[in-house]
Amino acid sequence: MPVQLTAHTGRVVPLRRSDVDTDQIIPAEFCKELTKTGYAKGLFAHWRARGGFVLDDPARAGASILVAGRNFGTGSSREHAVWALRDWGFAAVVAVDYGDIFLRNALKNGLLAVALDEGSVAELADRAEADPAFELTVDLEGREVRAPGFRRSFRIDDRARWLLLNGLDDIAVTLGRDDRIRAYEQARPDWLPVVGR
Amino acid sequence: MARTLAEKVWDAHVVRRGEGDEPDLLYIDLHLVHEVTSPQAFDGLRLAGRPVRRPDLTIATEDHNVPTVDIDKPIADPVSRTQVDTLRRNCEEFGVRLHPMGDAEQGIVHVIGPQLGLTQPGMTVVCGDSHTSTHGAFGAMAFGIGTSEVEHVLATQTLPLRPFKTMAITVDGELAPGVTAKDVILAVIAKIGTGGGQGYVLEYRGSAIEALSMEARMTICNMSIEAGARAGMVAPDETTFAYLSGRPHAPKGEEWNAALENWRQLRTDEGAEFDAEVHIDATSLTPFVTWGTNPGQGLPLSERVPDPEAIADENERVAAEKALAYMDLTPGTPLRDITVDTVFLGSCTNGRIEDLRAAAEVLRGRQVAKDVRMLVVPGSMKVRAQAESEGLHKVFIAAGAEWRQAGCSMCLGMNPDQLRPGERSASTSNRNFEGRQGKGGRTHLVSPLVAAATAVRGTLSTPDDLF
Repeated sequence: MPVQLTAHTGRVVPLRRSDVDTDQIIPAEFCKELTKTGYAKGLFAHWRARGGFVLDDPARAGASILVAGRNFGTGSSREHAVWALRDWGFAAVVAVDYGDIFLRNALKNGLLAVALDEGSVAELADRAEADPAFELTVDLEGREVRAPGFRRSFRIDDRARWLLLNGLDDIAVTLGRDDRIRAYEQARPDWLPVVGR
Repeated sequence: MARTLAEKVWDAHVVRRGEGDEPDLLYIDLHLVHEVTSPQAFDGLRLAGRPVRRPDLTIATEDHNVPTVDIDKPIADPVSRTQVDTLRRNCEEFGVRLHPMGDAEQGIVHVIGPQLGLTQPGMTVVCGDSHTSTHGAFGAMAFGIGTSEVEHVLATQTLPLRPFKTMAITVDGELAPGVTAKDVILAVIAKIGTGGGQGYVLEYRGSAIEALSMEARMTICNMSIEAGARAGMVAPDETTFAYLSGRPHAPKGEEWNAALENWRQLRTDEGAEFDAEVHIDATSLTPFVTWGTNPGQGLPLSERVPDPEAIADENERVAAEKALAYMDLTPGTPLRDITVDTVFLGSCTNGRIEDLRAAAEVLRGRQVAKDVRMLVVPGSMKVRAQAESEGLHKVFIAAGAEWRQAGCSMCLGMNPDQLRPGERSASTSNRNFEGRQGKGGRTHLVSPLVAAATAVRGTLSTPDDLF
């Protein structure tokens, strides 16, 4: 279902790890469901099981923005990683960069995954660690991350932003080009394989 | 204008060129489906009252959840069983061809596409699985997508995408005996890093790549995603055409000739520019293993567990410290001294017939070490049947290994094939992430040759160590 949003303000969970793969975000045993919801219990389940994980710090309860490091969401294409973050209550992620598939999945689901430079991400993590009440705004419309004394603009895929700001159904937009798809299909070479039944 | 292979394939699939900041709309020639990443996509279609636009360009199989023993019985885990049953119902309802557990063509989605001849040069191939990059070995543009995009492709047979950047990975020279495609790709990832390929399609080229079989090229392209790349490709050549010829879905007669004429154009033009280039000297490569918890944390097997203190970059140092703590390894330990209790031979990376042949050759007349469990899981039922016709299963069984049915198995442990907490494996799969093969399990990624030799000695080994 299409999501519409413009900006999100919330408190922060600082993760302080690079190369967080989607197997860590949600281990495979939690990916056997048929729905898009109900994955909160799987979020970082192996790390949480070891105890002392930042997500379970009572001071972070209700925080809705995850600040990660380099290369967040690498590995498996499982969209369950995004569903789990969203189910937990995260509305945004701020990281240095992302696994390509994770980033596409996030924006499809209205999880505002935005990229800032390494220094800015570290500054946000420092401030959040020092003060659990520290609040951040991720402004999709204005393309910037803001906090008191902090303002950085971020890049985001223009089409994803347009879809989210307007709450549009991506598939419906594409089906609006049906004439073009049909024309392309008619010109496809004959030797290309068909699966058959 | 001179174009790269990737640009040629891209251009041939543009349904509509994006205006201004818009992405291009790209046509998808083949959509592979499996049970884990598709149920929500089919649900979405049902909710919106949309059909599958091209069931004739869509094929499904059961691979991630299926057990590799007792496949004639219902799946014991009720949640896995429900997911598999749901795929069966969805394929029936939407008219998608399915190869279910027990079917002669069932297997890992990335093994069966090429095996059936459905993966062909110049095509666009997608699947809700990151290892879709495997199919790039044929000169196809193949990449993994999430479930929302699976739904998009089911409904429209297209995806809105911005062109990928291009990176040439040139591997020149001859590989030494015992050095395989797996060692090449692990060395590539160690060199460019797990994020080094972000946003790129990698084109593997050079004399070492041209000398490889299709199976070996698939191993290399398969792990492109482990360098963060969208896709990996190899230009099609006579090796590709010979592999395809006669396969069930390969073109026949006049169509074969027309296809061949087109396929021969699928090469990077002289003078075409890549956005980035990496060179690797094939003669310098030796068997490679991972010591850490991402596929970029690897070294030649002849080396020692690295000392994080010696790593200059703070991020990488911290990552190495965490990895060594998880892996329970001490800096300075020779990698050859690392003891394993499990060896896994299989996966979409190394579960094809050549991989089984290579491992069987090492195991012939030898025994798997006491206290080591070795699982041999063919990538597909066809691979399994081929191996049995060559008598390979007898070699594995005589050596004390377990000869299993086809599936993803211990690569990701969604079925009962898992490491227990604290267990350590040498695995021919693609990811050494924490807990990937089972909660608390520790994984060293290796080639089939190293896997087999390690099974015999019980410590990370090459076949040369057996003499």
